[in-house]
Amino acid sequence: MKLLVNGKEHEVTVPADMPLLWVLRDVLGLTGTKYGCGMAQCGACTVHLDGRALRSCVLPVSAAAGRRITTIEGLDPNGDHPVQRAWAELDVVQCGYCQPGQIMAAAALLSETARPSDADIDAALSANLCRCGTYQRIRAAVHRAAGMTGPGGRP
Amino acid sequence: MSRPQPSRRDFLARTTAAGTGLVIGFHLPGGSGSRGRVGGHGAAAAAATREAALNAFLRIAPDDTVTVLIKHSEMGQGVSTSLPMAVAEELECDWRTVRFEHAPADPAYAHTLFGSQMTGGSTSTWESFDQLRTAGATARAMLVAAAAARWGVAAAECRAQDGVVACGERRARFGELAQEAAGLPVPAAVPLKDPKDWRLLGRATHRLDSPAKITGQAEFGMDVRRPGMLVALVARSPYFGGTLRRFRADRAKAVPGVVDVIRIPSGVAVLAQDFWAARLGRDALETEWDAGSVAGHSTAAQVEEYRKTAQTAGAVAAALGDVDAALAASAQRLEAVYAVPYLAHAAMEPLNCTAELRPGACEIWTGTQFQTHDQAAAAAIAGLQPQQVTVHTTFLGGGFGRRANPASDFVSEAVHLAKASGRPVKVIWTREDDTQGGYYRPLWVSRLRAGLDASGRPAAWAHTIVGQSILAGTPFAAMIQGGIDATSVEGAADSPYLKSIPDHRVDLHSPELPVPVLWWRSVGHSHTAFAVESFVDELAHAAGKDPVALRRELLPADARVRHALDGAAEAFGWGRPLPPGHAAGIAVHESFGSAVAQAAEVSLENGRIRVHRVACAIDCGPVVNPDGVEAQMQSGIVFGLAAALHGEITLREGKVEQSNFHDYPLLRMFEMPRVEVRIVASQQAMGGVGEPGTPPIAPAVANAVFALTGTRLRSLPLRLT
Repeated sequence: MKLLVNGKEHEVTVPADMPLLWVLRDVLGLTGTKYGCGMAQCGACTVHLDGRALRSCVLPVSAAAGRRITTIEGLDPNGDHPVQRAWAELDVVQCGYCQPGQIMAAAALLSETARPSDADIDAALSANLCRCGTYQRIRAAVHRAAGMTGPGGRP
Repeated sequence: MSRPQPSRRDFLARTTAAGTGLVIGFHLPGGSGSRGRVGGHGAAAAAATREAALNAFLRIAPDDTVTVLIKHSEMGQGVSTSLPMAVAEELECDWRTVRFEHAPADPAYAHTLFGSQMTGGSTSTWESFDQLRTAGATARAMLVAAAAARWGVAAAECRAQDGVVACGERRARFGELAQEAAGLPVPAAVPLKDPKDWRLLGRATHRLDSPAKITGQAEFGMDVRRPGMLVALVARSPYFGGTLRRFRADRAKAVPGVVDVIRIPSGVAVLAQDFWAARLGRDALETEWDAGSVAGHSTAAQVEEYRKTAQTAGAVAAALGDVDAALAASAQRLEAVYAVPYLAHAAMEPLNCTAELRPGACEIWTGTQFQTHDQAAAAAIAGLQPQQVTVHTTFLGGGFGRRANPASDFVSEAVHLAKASGRPVKVIWTREDDTQGGYYRPLWVSRLRAGLDASGRPAAWAHTIVGQSILAGTPFAAMIQGGIDATSVEGAADSPYLKSIPDHRVDLHSPELPVPVLWWRSVGHSHTAFAVESFVDELAHAAGKDPVALRRELLPADARVRHALDGAAEAFGWGRPLPPGHAAGIAVHESFGSAVAQAAEVSLENGRIRVHRVACAIDCGPVVNPDGVEAQMQSGIVFGLAAALHGEITLREGKVEQSNFHDYPLLRMFEMPRVEVRIVASQQAMGGVGEPGTPPIAPAVANAVFALTGTRLRSLPLRLT
């Protein structure tokens, strides 16, 4: 099976129903995407499939074959995506375990809605749990990232 | 450093290793005691980069990079920034050159009061504050001495600032001096800076762990990979204390990728090439269990039993005067019973540990709050001495007390399996394992009685608490004195209200049950604040007094609880009109050396409680990183709100009913109130900030719900129907 992850093609030999999450983590060694619940309840495993946020813990790897998979490691070559910059500027992270998922969900939101309202943020990010309670700073950071404009939406 | 809170001080005093005092770890880990090298897992890295270790807490590389070894575990609370700040303030290095690394398990990194290496009790910053500043100051003095020797001048003529030692026109970078400095004698006493001269401490400082955590590079225990490593999932008893009757492994072993099935004390482990194969293998494993003493147990019946017990007198935790006579003589008497359920910690990173054994050595990689205990547990299983066990502390994907388990449960499993399989093994708990695995915040019932005098002022106060002891049956059981586990009654036996209520009694029943319990962010305060602050609100309403006014009447004007109360009331705009359908509630509570007050604005939306905003004020004494304090207040509020609105672990027929986030919900983004945090300027002793934000929010919300609806909710989670 061929997988296109962060712009790089990988040939993997895994069961077709193995969740994408475990292929990323245990087969490809991309451990930035996290396991939190295994049933699409917490969002820690959020990745992009063809640019849209998706829970990799319940997605059979076969459904991702031939599609564009982006993980936190590939969101920006320098870790400098506007969402990541905003996260750093506002010191969003605490324990940090949920944050790759939060960042991927926020980046997908901003790619679809350049200037999200609080209601848009609620709708897009309520599927991502944070036990440390960083929600207020996440909200502020999404707004800040939305304000970082430049060529192609980049600063 | 003197502690402001009697119970805490007593607790600490009892747990302090004799004569520990303030130990500066100038002996370096690895046992040689020589400076200039480091032991443990940092040795290779240090040698490769020619870093110089000036003491146990810091190394300096030729390129001026300062690596601070943090003895406390970074679990979100920000110690990987606040602890290096304390070092850097005195070291006079350039903050931009500072990095951090978790310290190995070693006596040099023991908690100065608890005597073992651990993270808990909201103590990390204040307990090591003097130690780390001294480590920085001493290293600075050695760098200055090295420069002075090089230049043939007196040390007093040299000055260190921003990572450079200067004397007249001569200058030398710390990185150039570090090797020479490391060979010099350690000065006996180096004075610390006057706080007014602080340049870093007290200023909002960006987290040092941010870059790794926003790029997916941060390594949590879950992310550890070792050559030849197997992943293990363990089938454990669905009954606490249950025993394995029989199991069949044929079907599990037939799952592709499954390597072995091994019985260990906690259950039956399926070892596989990866998580998914282990998961399918465990699903296919057939096990039968005997329930043991928890058979038939239900928490619904437990609460009723506790309510009956609360009608009887328990072991006395605090008493003054004649409370029964005072109650009888009161103009008005009130009584209320409060209940809170078992709670799971539910850190986002499920429990896990990786272990690897070689002859005469064991290594473990895990996010732990309990290095010394886990090291000893691993050594006992591996048949080694503790110093033969290397503990690699990874980032913790949340701890909240669950990763400080005296039973070292997840660590023990990994070492058992590495020993039995002869391979490196990573044990992973699924979310279901984590939710159902016990070590919960205990279920508590509090019965409160009070008598008001003719002016409506409380004159008698009786509080009976019922719940399991966390310390009983652990190595800390010796701290239980006179039937009182201090963690059961903290926040109640030492409530600041008692100082102004002449006749009072707080007593405790500690029933023994097979459900394992543990400290859960804010420990005893998580239930005592709800009971005490709800009941004070009831007293205010009974006396026809404003809830803030009654608290002001009872709390001394110079108490930090009072400062926090006034701060929150002012920040909230207490007394100002609210939108129609909204109401306010307030609570204040002192814990872990800090006082926090929170005022909450609530409404009902489709019959559900909606918290719109929270004004929070904290008196934590001197502040290291105000941005971190604010984050911890937000964090504590969210943690407490999840418990106030949703959290409940129940047992039925001896089994835990919840399993994952669909039936053990946490707070979500759409439920997040606007939180405003005010840090009260304070001359009090430095307190903690990781836990004190949690206790007040449940009573603040419950009190607001009463103000809104006239319904007094006395059980958590708060439910109107």
